Amino acid sequence: MTPLLQFQAIEKSFFGVRVLGPVSFELGAGRILGLVGENGAGKSTLMNVLGGNLPPDAGTMRFQGKTYAPATPAGARSAGLGFVHQELNLFPNLTVAENLFLTDFPTRGPFIRRAELHARAAELLTRVGLPLSPATKVEQLSTGERQLVEVARALSFEARLIILDEPTTSLSTRECERLFALVRQLRSEGRSLIYISHALGDVLRLADDVVVLRDGSVVAHGPAADFDQPRLITQMVGRELRQLFPERRARTALDAPAADPPLLQVRELSQPGVIRNVSFDLRRGEVLGLSGLMGAGRTELARILFGLDPHSGGTIAVAGRPLNGSPRRRIQRGMAFLTESRRDDGLCLEASVADNLALVTLPSYTRPPLRWLNVTGLRSALAKIREAVRLQPKLRNEQPVKTLSGGNQQKIVLGKWLLAGPQVLILDEPTRGIDVGAKSEIYQLIHDLADRGAGVLVISSDLEELTGLCDRILVLSQGRLTGDFPRPEFDRERILSAALPS
Amino acid sequence: MNAAIPSFTRTLAARLRPILASEYLILLLSGLVFGILAPITPGLASADNVQNLLGNLAPLLVVAVGQTLVLIVGGIDLSVTSTIALTSVVGAFAMNGESGWLKGSAIAAPVAVAAMLALGALIGLFNGLAITRLRMPAFIVTLTSMMFLSGLAVWLTQSQPIYGLPAGFTRLGSALGIAVLIASAFTGLAHLILTRSLFGHWLRAVGFNARTARVSGVPVEGVITAAYVASGVFAAAASILYTARLETGSPVLGQRILLDVIGATVLGGTSLFGGRGKVLWTLFGVLFLSLLDNSLNLIGVSHFTLMMIKGCVILFAAFLDTARHRWLAA
Repeated sequence: MTPLLQFQAIEKSFFGVRVLGPVSFELGAGRILGLVGENGAGKSTLMNVLGGNLPPDAGTMRFQGKTYAPATPAGARSAGLGFVHQELNLFPNLTVAENLFLTDFPTRGPFIRRAELHARAAELLTRVGLPLSPATKVEQLSTGERQLVEVARALSFEARLIILDEPTTSLSTRECERLFALVRQLRSEGRSLIYISHALGDVLRLADDVVVLRDGSVVAHGPAADFDQPRLITQMVGRELRQLFPERRARTALDAPAADPPLLQVRELSQPGVIRNVSFDLRRGEVLGLSGLMGAGRTELARILFGLDPHSGGTIAVAGRPLNGSPRRRIQRGMAFLTESRRDDGLCLEASVADNLALVTLPSYTRPPLRWLNVTGLRSALAKIREAVRLQPKLRNEQPVKTLSGGNQQKIVLGKWLLAGPQVLILDEPTRGIDVGAKSEIYQLIHDLADRGAGVLVISSDLEELTGLCDRILVLSQGRLTGDFPRPEFDRERILSAALPS
Repeated sequence: MNAAIPSFTRTLAARLRPILASEYLILLLSGLVFGILAPITPGLASADNVQNLLGNLAPLLVVAVGQTLVLIVGGIDLSVTSTIALTSVVGAFAMNGESGWLKGSAIAAPVAVAAMLALGALIGLFNGLAITRLRMPAFIVTLTSMMFLSGLAVWLTQSQPIYGLPAGFTRLGSALGIAVLIASAFTGLAHLILTRSLFGHWLRAVGFNARTARVSGVPVEGVITAAYVASGVFAAAASILYTARLETGSPVLGQRILLDVIGATVLGGTSLFGGRGKVLWTLFGVLFLSLLDNSLNLIGVSHFTLMMIKGCVILFAAFLDTARHRWLAA
């Protein structure tokens, strides 16, 4: 019997860095495959190749006995592949029926046959067990209901293989059960499903087969019955530390008398739907890691701490004094926030190196009456900071930063904050998308800062990075702190267990 | 394929590249237009005409410079022409010699000038607050304030122009030296603000990326509001020059220049998407457009043909802007 889907030595690289492969495995008809791996293990890349979003660099796929090489998501769909994305791809302003048949409305001439549209949509909704009028606007549906609408859309073109990417992250227990029942029913109809999730218990309960990806390769593949949760976690984590991290020196500043108020004190911080009762301290000289899965609320917590988003309860204090107000006020209190995305809110890409470096500190280089800039003072400060972050001298101050590599761009974001002489630094994914050389330079800068008495909070999806870099790691899961590990107790499996949804 | 053709276009492209990339491109084109048209157009280079040209150019430059600040912050101010009309009317109400509130008073002119500038600032403040506090699109806010203010100016005057402005005031526009001096002062100030002040750097940062600016501690709402206030003040200053030159408070003053203002600014190279722009570029754009206007007028081209030509030129400039970016990026 030929399998429904075969991956044969699929490979994919981004900017010369291999993120996938070669990956080979197959999936039979009428089976559920659980696909697991850490953030960045290559799950999304593999699914994007399968779904026609990315072409593979090498390797082939076979689907339903034929060679399969979709050029677009539409090509994948017409071959019989349904993709339910983690960020749901529905139009909230359209009705359920319109969303279901967006690409192939039943028409007569230029007009939509509304009665037929609604009849067919109603039938699909019955099949996924969703008692809704097809005329309901999607914006009125809960996340769980939207998930089912996405599944119904896959059924609208009779998909033989349906990918579910993290379908339960924002579902209630009852919605999860409903989804699981539907998944089993689809299997009994002879369809296959690829189920991607960090909720390992669900994967083991639901799947017939399991594939574990690590660093872009399949490290384990077999019947779900052969796995248990600890074995899955070992397989997911399993790699050895490289010597990428500078030796963490003795932390003299950290040994300050305990009577000193902590540098940053967070108590019972809450915001509905984002974080719940988060309390922790950050001390002088400490590098504190914040771990967690995507959507656990790490970036959201950082944005609240920096005054970019509101919070409904709890307090934040710096050096014993309450902290509030705009980001500007927090910068004046010695805070800095390197954001997750350089493009979105880290840099002005079109602006020059000098303008980006100076942006935070400009106000302190001005004179009355109209706040004219002290150009010479600013220029010498820029020269100093370029040296501190080891920006290559060949990069000119006037050059637009969009022409720079990711590593140099990140050095500029870091430099712009270092110029302000911050006491509390929040770094959100400080090494995302940059090369190894720049990475270790940035690690060194973080350690130097801590040695000089600053407190650093590092958010990262890379557990290896956190265990190599930090003095202590906090774990956030579904908006709550679920773990607090000092350096001697660093254990990647325990940290990952704490991050998984309970 | 014939290899000679691509190689020819390549050398041509290589030669054109520095010219196209130059920020003096529009100044160069202005010189070219003048150089070509001066010998064949009677009177273009005469002292009288140059004075006339500068007289037209000065107030247009002041409004366009104000508009430049707003475009740099990533907005647009369509209400400038109505601001010109309304401030003209209000200033004339205050100081005219027949029914003015301050008629005959020695302080009539200075008070009127101050009132006009303050009114411009107030209109800009309203626009800025509506855009930042109520989060409305700049296009809609300034389009509706344009309609409202324009209607208000006509309603206040019952569509009648107001004459009898004091001589102390009209000298600001009729004496070419003073008008050019005022325009230069405003332009120079804007140039210094953009290049040498904190506010100027913040304007560009917000225009390039407002989210980055906010994270970096820039008071984004305040900066945007201030840009509209500046635009209102600059429009009022332009209104002072126009009103003084015509010696009339007119409720339809400046009605036709909106496209010239935005066209000249964009022609100079200031980006409609924010961040990128210079006062110097706007000066070149205004010079080019004024020169085109003036010379085609002298040639005897009808008003409508002139509008068609200007439309084409501005469209071509916009095309050139996109094209040269793609080209330079390649």
